[in-house]
Amino acid sequence: MTAASSTGQGNGVRLGVVLLATPLLLWLLVLVILPHVDLLLVSLRERIAFRQYEFSFANYIAFFVEPLYWNTYVRTAVMSIMATVLTLIIGFPVSYYIAKIMRGRGKNVLFMMCLIPFWVSELVRTFGWMILLRESGVISSFLQWAGLVDGPVEMLYNDVTIMVGLVYTSMLFMVVPLVSVLDSLDDSLIEAGYDLGGNAFTVTRDIVIPHAMPGIASGCIVVFMLTLGNYLTPNLLGGKDSLWFTEQIYTQFITRFNWESGSAFGFLLLVLSSLIVWIGLKLSRQTLADTVR
Amino acid sequence: MADLKLDQIRKSYGAVDVLHGVDLDVKDGEFVVFVGPSGCGKSTLLRIIAGLEDITGGDLMIDGDIVNTKSPRDRGIAMVFQSYALYPHMSVYKNMAFGLKLAKTNKAELDERVRNAAKILQLDALLDRRPAELSGGQRQRVAIGRAIVRQPKVFLFDEPLSNLDAALRVQTRIEIAKLHQKLKSTIIYVTHDQIEAMTLADKIVVLNAGNVEQVGSPMELYHHPKTRFVAGFIGSPAMNFTRVTITAVEPGRVTVQTPGGKSAVLPFEVTTDHIGTEVELGIRPEHMGLDRAGELGVDGEVEVVEKLGDSVYLYVRLANGDRVTLRAPGHCRIKIGEAVSARADAAAAHLFDRNGQAFAKLDCPEEYSAME
Repeated sequence: MTAASSTGQGNGVRLGVVLLATPLLLWLLVLVILPHVDLLLVSLRERIAFRQYEFSFANYIAFFVEPLYWNTYVRTAVMSIMATVLTLIIGFPVSYYIAKIMRGRGKNVLFMMCLIPFWVSELVRTFGWMILLRESGVISSFLQWAGLVDGPVEMLYNDVTIMVGLVYTSMLFMVVPLVSVLDSLDDSLIEAGYDLGGNAFTVTRDIVIPHAMPGIASGCIVVFMLTLGNYLTPNLLGGKDSLWFTEQIYTQFITRFNWESGSAFGFLLLVLSSLIVWIGLKLSRQTLADTVR
Repeated sequence: MADLKLDQIRKSYGAVDVLHGVDLDVKDGEFVVFVGPSGCGKSTLLRIIAGLEDITGGDLMIDGDIVNTKSPRDRGIAMVFQSYALYPHMSVYKNMAFGLKLAKTNKAELDERVRNAAKILQLDALLDRRPAELSGGQRQRVAIGRAIVRQPKVFLFDEPLSNLDAALRVQTRIEIAKLHQKLKSTIIYVTHDQIEAMTLADKIVVLNAGNVEQVGSPMELYHHPKTRFVAGFIGSPAMNFTRVTITAVEPGRVTVQTPGGKSAVLPFEVTTDHIGTEVELGIRPEHMGLDRAGELGVDGEVEVVEKLGDSVYLYVRLANGDRVTLRAPGHCRIKIGEAVSARADAAAAHLFDRNGQAFAKLDCPEEYSAME
């Protein structure tokens, strides 16, 4: 009897777990796995005639033979890595300051100040940059008024502007994991570093960074993925010259109605991001499990 | 190893003064303990010596050099932190070698020094482990080892035993005492536990609210506390105090009236202007006894009985409401609610004026003055 009742209880617990997990599993299945399976199938077919398809690698071959496609692909990857590194370089000192140097109220205020820009949509924030940087924008007008330049200056539509926009958009996603991981670093570990003969550089290199590594990795993964998959910022700030791979995907799907090719590009982007994240984790000797701890 | 000198060290955080001019001389090889209640400034003082806090005023000298603005690395000190502050991502060996690595010590010497320290502290078998795999006591030893390998002029210990359980605390305390005998180095040790202070120190510095109350050997503080605070802080259970009135003064003798209305003559040097004033009389529980003779006596009712095996503490309420702790032998069968009367020698008494300063005690028998 006891055995039976305990199994009954076990079943009850298991049912609870299943019910709790159901929304998540449904979400993963319907919105992530199914579309990707379909994307893969669509990408592996070629249209022969109206409503006639056959299995083929033509879409992938087209990607490799057309320089514009894979140039954009490589450029997007390189720019995304650069944006991630820049975000880390700027975000780390900011996070360190918030987590370790500020105390009490000031700390919360600073952290909120990092958060507040994200209360408005990305579109509005990007337009904000456009108002500042365009030919008839605030900075251009100021430079003319100050007599530093003769005519209007166009600061939009170049790579530096894209980079500024990407870093700005990503900053919070770097700062949040870094602040939380640095918060967990006991002050006495840093003090012991100085006591043992360290200076600011050696203490940061040997103590702070190894401790912060999981936060750095998770921040970098999130920022890299968001940047690689970003459409709005490169498109608005970079204009026609932005050459971002998501734009190629958009063009294939929406402008050319070439769903087969678009699917193939989408899949290639997924492979690219997975590969780079994997390499990054290997190089930093982190595991995915560490980064979500 | 080195002498250390503190000259009017002051520390403020904004408008809050935490240290009000601390003077101290520490001689080469001395074991000095800073003791005091929490918030007295003892840890701040240690951190100032370590170079982890700025000095607001005064001078800190190590071996005659003023080191006020020198960084921790240039002071030749090594600190053992309360939380041990071991690096979780490094093995025990790497933790211990870290300071030497930063100092760019050559590999052979580094290895020798780490292994030597590991042997002294019996950490040989644990060198490849991570701190997370060690017990509290082992972590404590690694933290000490990390300081030893650097062969500093001065060791600083910040409440190193506070995270250990009671049995391990006693054991580690003995290890630290042995280590000091072996290394003969200068040690400054912070604790709030007066037993640690009494057992370890050559010299105890009692701090209270940012001031040094008294500096002296353990027995000096025990027998001749200069202030009421020191008298109450050193010794366990704490000294008993009661208010008495001075009725007559002769050279080397003072007559006081106890709360019970009795008079007693005590061997203190008191000036005549104190006649008629209220002062505080202190006697240690261990100097009072139910079966003792003596000039001083109290009568009261037992409120609480604590049996410790070898002895029994009786918490007694006197007629005037004062509470007094007595120590009776372990076989004592007194129960709660019983009336007791205890007596003590006049020579066992301590007398403090209204500001808490002790009056000088004269002709003290060995029992109440033995130094070491």
